[in-house]
Amino acid sequence: MNARALSYVLASAALVALTALAFAVGRYPVSLGEIVNLLFSKVTGGAHTLPANVETVVLQVRGPRVLAALLVGAALAAAGTAYQGMFRNPLVSPDILGVSTGAALGAVLGIFLSQGIFFIQIFAFAGGLAAVGLVYWIGSRLRGHDPLLALVLTGVVIGTLLGSAIALLKYLADPYNQLPAITYWLLGSLASLSPRDLATAAPFALVGLVPMLLLRWRMNLLALPDDEARALGVDVRRLRTLVVVCATLMTASAVAISGIIGWVGLLIPHAARMLVGPDFGRLLPLAMLLGAAFLLAVDTLCRTIATIEVPPGVLTALIGTPFFLWLFALSRRPW
Amino acid sequence: MRSLIFISILFPSLCFSQAAAIDATGREIRPPAKVERVYAAGPPAGMLVFAIAPDKLTGWTRAMRPSEAQFLPERYAQLPELGRLTGRGNTANVEVVLKAKTDLIVDVGSTGETYASLAAQMQQQTRIPYALFDGRIESTPAALRALGRLMGDEANAEKLAAWCERELTDAKQRVSRAKQHPLVYYGRSPSGLQTGGKGSINVEVLDFLGARNAAAEARPGLATVSFEQVLLWDPEVILTTDPNFWKSVWTDPRWRTVKAVAAKRVYLSPHLPFGWFDFPPGANRLLGIWWAGKLLYPQAFEDVDLRAKVAEFHRLFYHREPSAAKLDAVLREPGVLPQ
Repeated sequence: MNARALSYVLASAALVALTALAFAVGRYPVSLGEIVNLLFSKVTGGAHTLPANVETVVLQVRGPRVLAALLVGAALAAAGTAYQGMFRNPLVSPDILGVSTGAALGAVLGIFLSQGIFFIQIFAFAGGLAAVGLVYWIGSRLRGHDPLLALVLTGVVIGTLLGSAIALLKYLADPYNQLPAITYWLLGSLASLSPRDLATAAPFALVGLVPMLLLRWRMNLLALPDDEARALGVDVRRLRTLVVVCATLMTASAVAISGIIGWVGLLIPHAARMLVGPDFGRLLPLAMLLGAAFLLAVDTLCRTIATIEVPPGVLTALIGTPFFLWLFALSRRPW
Repeated sequence: MRSLIFISILFPSLCFSQAAAIDATGREIRPPAKVERVYAAGPPAGMLVFAIAPDKLTGWTRAMRPSEAQFLPERYAQLPELGRLTGRGNTANVEVVLKAKTDLIVDVGSTGETYASLAAQMQQQTRIPYALFDGRIESTPAALRALGRLMGDEANAEKLAAWCERELTDAKQRVSRAKQHPLVYYGRSPSGLQTGGKGSINVEVLDFLGARNAAAEARPGLATVSFEQVLLWDPEVILTTDPNFWKSVWTDPRWRTVKAVAAKRVYLSPHLPFGWFDFPPGANRLLGIWWAGKLLYPQAFEDVDLRAKVAEFHRLFYHREPSAAKLDAVLREPGVLPQ
């Protein structure tokens, strides 16, 4: 077995093991036997004699949260991988075109208007899409520049503008009630995730993910200069738009249910690239596996190590940074 | 001559004004002889100044919204918005405070070193006496008296302070008669998963009432907890300040098996004109003591007429007794009291 295949196998094995572990641990004690028993009775449609709380924990609380961590991790890593390839820049993360900032502004506005959780998430999702739409519209109208540079620059500038709108809303918010809620949302967390959140967000994330997976071999062409790609018979503009739409759908639906969780979309693509090289067709599946496993590990720690929840953004940086440096030191691959 | 200077250094209060008071940070505050205009640095301070002498309050931290204004006499509800001065985000312009010809700045709340130094610094910068008082519920009578002395309204302040003391003692005695102390979870934010640990200012009403706070082991201050943790605590009563959470708790399958939800003991704190249970952390929470007392200890608080308490508190602290219709609107809002 070559090193590439080994990476896939190891990453998949790690993901499966982590998922089993994540189901087995938590603040509420549920034994592995009870989980198996419960799932078995659900699959076969038979009755079980487990306490009602066990069913609530496994099916309503922990299960959806584990799945959401997998989904958000995979989505952020995939979007980051696509953008790093497309912008030919290793420093790019999924929010380069303002999707996270736009989602944050939407959510903050929802909290400011005293909305319930569902509408806060809708606001966040819409905010993310609107921000990228605006950036893309302005960026593609700035002629006479490299189109990618125009896009990145517009993204940074609009991101700053939206950031100041968030700051204004925080300033105007009620300091005893709304401000803490805003702060917690911006820190990101999967703590309050419900099955409904997952059911609402997952279809959008999949709609973004499937085309990207299908076109992953062709996306290598995005790394070429425009005229070379065109010479190979690829409409770069259309492909680029498609990548932006897919990445935005994935990131916006992830951020809407999790808040802003940094590092995953930036670090995981690098880790994957060190393992299997820059070819997008091989890179994307591995990045998704690693992203899902990484965020699941982080979120499991977040919900188990203390009575209160630990913000995942803190742990992603705390675990991700040394891990990344270690991988970087080991890696001998050309970038 | 020299001895006179000496005396004025030793006893400055003798020379500059009659009323001096030590604030909660131990600084001696010497307001001018006649205090006419008082700037309240935060909502809890505004409430106390307004209660003692409404005509001396120069403005609110944040302009009254129409839903809140209907509970106050019109001329006070229309006072301008002046912003917060210190503490959780400074929104006031110091020049506005100066322009308002302020005689005295008052803040009520945390007396920790951060706030004490901010008070000292602001006083030095503006040359306006800046008094900081402890905002805990049980310190309310003391804060009222000290503030009354500074403002030259001792009689009014004494009346309010004595009333507060009577109410607090009465509530304490009732709690001591209660046989069972229920396990209570306080859920904030639309998800209900934000809570306050033991000693947190957000759950002072619970601590005062001797209720067992489910989240006692969490850190003091606000924190997010996981849903599994709440299930593990399995509280008997849930109190919340968020109407969205109160509505969703009945339909969300995750909450169904929690003892409080199964027993229909999830209650929503009234919030007009100021919250009863948590924020702002001011004298408004005196009502929260009677409200939560009735919910947590139905027997010990059985003969408490909540309606009369609300009317009396409003008359004393907000200078207007709410109409029967308004009282109904507050007390009959779904979730406020058992159906």
